[in-house]
Amino acid sequence: MAASPLLSETSATFCLVLILLVPLAGTGLALVNSGLVRSRSAAHVMLASLVIVSVAAIVYVIVGFSWQGAPGRPAHVFAIGGKPWNWIAAEPLFLRGLRLDLSPASLVLLLQVFSVGLAAMIPLGAGAERWKLGAACASTVLLAGWTYPLFAHWVWSEGWLSKLGAMYGVGQGFVDSGGAGTIHVMGGLSAISIVWIVGPRRGKYSDDGGPAAIPAHNVVQVLAGCMFAWMGWLGLNSAGAILFNHRDPSAVVLILLNTTLSAAAGVLTSTIVTRMRFGRPDASLAANGWMAGLVASSAAAAFLKPPTAILAGAVAGGLVVFAIDQLEFRLTIDDPGGVISVHAIGGLWGLLSVALLSDAGSGVGGQWLAQLIGIATLLGFVFPLTHGLNLLIDRIYAHRVETDGEWQGMDLYELGAGAYPEFVVHSDEFTQH
Amino acid sequence: MKLAGFLLLLSGWGIVVSTLPLLPSSGARAAFVLAGMAVELIGLTLVARSHRVPKG
Repeated sequence: MAASPLLSETSATFCLVLILLVPLAGTGLALVNSGLVRSRSAAHVMLASLVIVSVAAIVYVIVGFSWQGAPGRPAHVFAIGGKPWNWIAAEPLFLRGLRLDLSPASLVLLLQVFSVGLAAMIPLGAGAERWKLGAACASTVLLAGWTYPLFAHWVWSEGWLSKLGAMYGVGQGFVDSGGAGTIHVMGGLSAISIVWIVGPRRGKYSDDGGPAAIPAHNVVQVLAGCMFAWMGWLGLNSAGAILFNHRDPSAVVLILLNTTLSAAAGVLTSTIVTRMRFGRPDASLAANGWMAGLVASSAAAAFLKPPTAILAGAVAGGLVVFAIDQLEFRLTIDDPGGVISVHAIGGLWGLLSVALLSDAGSGVGGQWLAQLIGIATLLGFVFPLTHGLNLLIDRIYAHRVETDGEWQGMDLYELGAGAYPEFVVHSDEFTQH
Repeated sequence: MKLAGFLLLLSGWGIVVSTLPLLPSSGARAAFVLAGMAVELIGLTLVARSHRVPKG
């Protein structure tokens, strides 16, 4: 087992400050998800965000870190053809045996407590307005306690995916410094699973299969959420690069710049595309373009040059508009928050951009193959596992709320109070006297 | 069709992972990784189509 990588005290302190920004990513995502649903479920989405983050944090601390571990920490390894396949950590439960100081392992733990909450919040944007709070918590327990730590170990804790280069000469191994795959694709795939189980919102699709537009109730909140998310992503990408890719703290300047440029290119592209398609820019799609740019930057921000960061974000911004359209119209996937397009598709593009646009693995052939193997693992292993676990939950406790709940709105049905109790719509305010 | 799709997803991943210890040559490995991903995409397509909201 390799020794735990060392950080100087200054670097560790700097990394801690970056990690402290990460909860803003969750704040932003919560605001975006809540703003994109109808007002009748806005409080439910926001409360669910808080509850999911809490459940994820507690479960991860109890059992998740035991499976994920950190670089240089104990792990279970089996040999295949003489090569060591590190497949899961061997940490004690409840963080016993881990000193909570400024060690790299403790910083990894802190970052992961925030990151797993972010991953667990993503499906909420897709299942909103019909996903029961209790079922969301149950799904989060399994995501934070098992699925996320398992895959994150493979990618970030010297697991077999990260060691593809050392073991089999496949590039530098799978590279994902800020969690495009571990957090966002995983969250996006969980979102697909939930949407397929709960189905679309009532009234979303007519008898001929055509979707009805259900606009966001508060676009200002959505766009404000994008600003918060930006701050969080700056910390997430930077801390991930230092802890998992052993980048020098001085590289943070490049990472912050690339993250910002990618988001900027994403929102500008989606704004221009929607302007060309609809005659006017669409604010909610533009917000999704910004988020997609952030997600795409997560994999490769530490390795891109600024012009290629702009390209990566622009592609993400264009892809998300196209993807939302295709998912809604052709695949009849009702995703109020657009999270599948932003996180799953944006994240997959981010992982590919590591090989296509960055110099990660330069001088060592096969980085593109390493990225494809990681993507194949997400689609072919993580997704069936996630969906199977969610189906198991559905057998015991249905994910979807009852019909009454959906018509009343999740706020009144599950919480007993609406988000905006003083708002009363009078039809005569909108007609001429 | 859903079950078949998910089985194809798992099978495709199995093909991809098994190339690592079994195929030393990078050319053959790349070809089989792409083949495994193609199997996964077929599986994903089957699953996606089976979840579409029926018309009428």
